[in-house]
Amino acid sequence: MTVIDNMETSDESIAAGNGLLGQRMLRKEDPALLTGEAVFTNDMKVPGALHLAVLRSPYAHAKISSVNVSGALEMEGVMHAFSGADLADQWAAPMPCAWPVTEDMKNPPHYPLAVDKAAYVGDGVACVLATSEAVARDALEAIDVEYEPLPAVIDLEDSLADAVVIHNELGTNSSYTWPLVIEENEGDCQSAIDNSAYVVKERYVQQRLIPMAMEPRAVVAMPQPFGGDITLFTATQVPHVLKVMSALTLGIPEQQLRVVCPAVGGGFGSKLDVYAEELLCLHLARSLGKPIRWNEERGENAQATIHGRAQIQDIELAADENGKITGLRVRLLADMGAYLQLITPGIPLLGAFLYGGVYEIPKAFDFSCTGVFTTMTPTDAYRGAGRPEATYAIEHAMDALAREMDIDPLELRRRNFIPRDAFPYEAYTGLVYDSGDHDKAAKVAEDLVDYAGVRARQATQNTPDATKRLGIGISTYFEMCGLAPSRVLASLNYAAGGWESATVRVLPTSKIQVVTGTAPHGQGHETAWSMIAADKFGVDPADVDVLHSDTAIAPLGMDTYGSRSLPVGGVAISMACDQVIDKARKIAAHQMEANEDDLEFAGGVFTVTGSPDKEMPLAAVAFEAFTAHDLPDGLEPNLEMQVTYDPPNFSWPFGTHMCVVEIDTETGETEVLQYVAVDDCGNKVNPLIVDGQVHGGVIQGLAQALYEEAAYDSDGNLQSSSLAEYLVPAASDVPSITLGESITPSPTNPLGVKGVGEAGTIGAAPCVMNAVVDALSGLGVRDIQMPASPVRVWNAIQEARNNTQENQQ
Amino acid sequence: MIPAAFDYVRAESAEEAISLIGQHGDESKFLAGGHSLVPLMKLRLAQPTVLIDIGRLTDLSYIRDDGDMIAIGAMTRHMDVENSDVLRQHAPLLAHAASHVGDPQVRHRGTIGGSICHSDSASDLPATTLALGATYVAQGPNGTREIAAGDFYQGFLTTVLAPDELLTEIRVPKMDGAGWSFQKFNRRAQDWAIVGVAAWRRNGDSGVGLVNMGSVPILASGVSSALSSGASIEDAAAQAAEGCDPTSDLNASVEYREHLARVLTRRALEEASAG
Ligand SMILES: Cc1cc2nc3c(=O)[nH]c(=O)nc-3n(C[C@H](O)[C@H](O)[C@H](O)COP(=O)(O)OP(=O)(O)OC[C@H]3O[C@@H](n4cnc5c(N)ncnc54)[C@H](O)[C@@H]3O)c2cc1C
Repeated sequence: MTVIDNMETSDESIAAGNGLLGQRMLRKEDPALLTGEAVFTNDMKVPGALHLAVLRSPYAHAKISSVNVSGALEMEGVMHAFSGADLADQWAAPMPCAWPVTEDMKNPPHYPLAVDKAAYVGDGVACVLATSEAVARDALEAIDVEYEPLPAVIDLEDSLADAVVIHNELGTNSSYTWPLVIEENEGDCQSAIDNSAYVVKERYVQQRLIPMAMEPRAVVAMPQPFGGDITLFTATQVPHVLKVMSALTLGIPEQQLRVVCPAVGGGFGSKLDVYAEELLCLHLARSLGKPIRWNEERGENAQATIHGRAQIQDIELAADENGKITGLRVRLLADMGAYLQLITPGIPLLGAFLYGGVYEIPKAFDFSCTGVFTTMTPTDAYRGAGRPEATYAIEHAMDALAREMDIDPLELRRRNFIPRDAFPYEAYTGLVYDSGDHDKAAKVAEDLVDYAGVRARQATQNTPDATKRLGIGISTYFEMCGLAPSRVLASLNYAAGGWESATVRVLPTSKIQVVTGTAPHGQGHETAWSMIAADKFGVDPADVDVLHSDTAIAPLGMDTYGSRSLPVGGVAISMACDQVIDKARKIAAHQMEANEDDLEFAGGVFTVTGSPDKEMPLAAVAFEAFTAHDLPDGLEPNLEMQVTYDPPNFSWPFGTHMCVVEIDTETGETEVLQYVAVDDCGNKVNPLIVDGQVHGGVIQGLAQALYEEAAYDSDGNLQSSSLAEYLVPAASDVPSITLGESITPSPTNPLGVKGVGEAGTIGAAPCVMNAVVDALSGLGVRDIQMPASPVRVWNAIQEARNNTQENQQ
Repeated sequence: MIPAAFDYVRAESAEEAISLIGQHGDESKFLAGGHSLVPLMKLRLAQPTVLIDIGRLTDLSYIRDDGDMIAIGAMTRHMDVENSDVLRQHAPLLAHAASHVGDPQVRHRGTIGGSICHSDSASDLPATTLALGATYVAQGPNGTREIAAGDFYQGFLTTVLAPDELLTEIRVPKMDGAGWSFQKFNRRAQDWAIVGVAAWRRNGDSGVGLVNMGSVPILASGVSSALSSGASIEDAAAQAAEGCDPTSDLNASVEYREHLARVLTRRALEEASAG
């Protein structure tokens, strides 16, 4: 691993360019998005397309006795209708799960339409193709399905008991158990727990969340019946992964399959998957020789697109008399939902390495995760994927420990921070944290929130019968992102690599094309990537076009998730730019009859040191490269270089969040008065985009703390499948966020960047919940389950008051 | 999100609307702002076969000073109720309650008549007009009648209106000089109330309407009679949940709703008494 000793490199690599990086440039993407010019998949006009509609099980768990589609077929405009059984022999393989986390992991066969059994409300059981979407939806009502309902399984611990086995062929509802024990000597963790001055033992429930991207999914599969090629247009964040996986699942020769993502309206991990409807459209388009399209409704999105979080966490945190952590044990029960989607089982593992937070943890760590099936929508990656859950557990437990020790939670954290001069720091897990400065991030947040001042206010305000109680929340985090070094992925049994590819091309007229394997769906890559290239070449970002999200144009890529696009894809671009400039330098040197080493390149012009009369702009070099009339011997024409970059390490963004809440004890309502986020993501290419990512992330984390929950009733019905019940907060419901600055460049990549897509989400939920509990702990409230809705907060206060009364009697 | 098939006709006058609904019968419905009816249709919870659009009956969109009363046309949009100078002067509670309905988009489309006829107990304007002692004017094939708000709401989403009756006007007594308060408790700004309270006080009189405390909007008459017999605000508010029959859902248990009704009523009465 490349490591730069001097941590004060801040902005050094950035300064080497042409001064563009670090500018708050407005996003190039926005005019088209804001005016409605951008074309989303469902905006596409596709003459002759048939519309697919999927009939979904109304039962969480039921045997499918019979499916009769004849009623649908009789309707005008209905061209075809199929049951799961009708299509059962059409699939070359079941739907893919690319992350078999253990050798004996149990993975039930999962097909685009269920055949014998429906395993969650929303599981597809039949489908219709019709000349319009309205007809297709109407026709679903004419399909007759006989079900034999079976008991729903919605409680993780019930599921584990196997009283009702969901997938009979597996014989159990447990998919896997994945342990990670890191001890100097066997038993170190247990002995830390047995012998330490303080131990807190906590259980936290990560409620199920619905990612709720603003654009639901949509698919168009367009075949060329006589050529055999087929193009899949789809609202995905993983066009490249999807191409490989659907070729395998459907037996399509991969070279004949092209995947294109038109404008994509958010994903948050929910579009990092291979979905039944994509496979259905592809298969039916190929077999019928007609374009097939499908558009997801909002309620359908809530049921048939993956959910996130959904874990029960048992954590034991041991500390010595000074509060230094001595050992940590974690037991997870992770809800897989009904089936394993693309990377379902691996999600909790992504968090496994972060339970130690930002602290010095001895090798007394005992983690294990059991994945269990339930009769609910499958879970998978959701913004942060495993890492917010881990951060929540350690940060919420740190507050519990501080209360137990009766010391200030910020002070407790400081006693455990990995010190700044210890980086790069080899953690207890063996992973190396690239850089960090937790004291600084905490100090910036502390000052911005006026920690001492709020604590003083709190001391006077929170009298026993106060109706408004103040609480302060803190969370400090490390995020393991920039996914990922391919070899590390191999050690985790992940079925793909973590590299990213970039091609940089200077056109004859010296305009620049950047081809990236990342697949933006709201992040602003077109802006940021063009800034990286423009900065390298000394040109206007408007002269750089970024091509992406079409496997015919950008054939190599690993797509966008895991805060990876900048620290992997962006770095690949910067490296490819350097290689193009090196080649251009050769041409310029040849043309100017100068020594390559004497050439300087700045502001888009090559000059020769010592010969002020000689210069050659990039435009001239580009044209020479194109005509190839007079190139140095052996040099190929054109200015184009491709780089595939496999990162040597994860990147480790970190930060401190603090917030102040006020709780109305009469109604249980929580108001966030102040929110401060200090997110250190290394160097910033475009701070405006960074701020936006942090804002959105913080709100999504805050939403988990206070608003959102995919609630199921005991029969396995999702009770919050519309935006009236699933409470995504709006701008009017959330505080304004104060952002603090801290920049600690990553020494592992030439841009010094770390990634910022998930950071806000990771920091926010524990920060808000720590504040809520802090406000109420004086009343005897120990914890509140997320989301801390008014009714839950009120109930907790009532309960605590009753307990206090009982204790007094 | 695609409704079942239906036909659509547009009425050019109140009379035509009434005659059209007579012709098309039971399965037809008036369409006002569409912001309650259309969502139900999209979920296929309502499947009318004919919609009779009354959206163009602009002569039913007005707010007039009418002696002791303010007369509000049934097709008046929430936004116009919210911004009416006449209402702000004589019945500010209603104007204010309208400003709490949904979001600006909803308030530009939804009508006060639609809200009252839909008679969702979780809606803000039925309980508010009930608290204010409003009278509703309905026109049918055989003429018009006036219905006291207190007699209008029959049960869950049902009113005394006959299927071929059109609500044309809402008459609200002038409340000059009254203290008032509207307490809407919800989790997001644009949501329906978990519990809401509309209250006014003037001299010895008061009115307290409760949102979402049962299958119909509720007039908390126990609170008002306690106040008039000299009870403290605290003690009167303690009566707020008497006779209510709230449901429990993801946001609230029955017990919590009853508790909120008492707390919010107390706060409303305090605010109404302060000014
Ligand atoms: C996102 C959203 C949020 C909302 N939030 C709130 C909220 O916070 N508080 C709140 O109070 N409301 C809320 N609403 C409801 C909104 O106020 C509706 O507009 C209102 O309830 C119905 O009015 P409308 O004109 O849209 O009626 P429509 O939907 O057109 O009609 C409703 C019903 O009344 C009947 N009808 C309409 N007009 C007449 C008439 N003149 N005579 C006889 N029958 C008639 C119709 O046939 C139909 O059955 C919300 C709606 C939405 C979509």
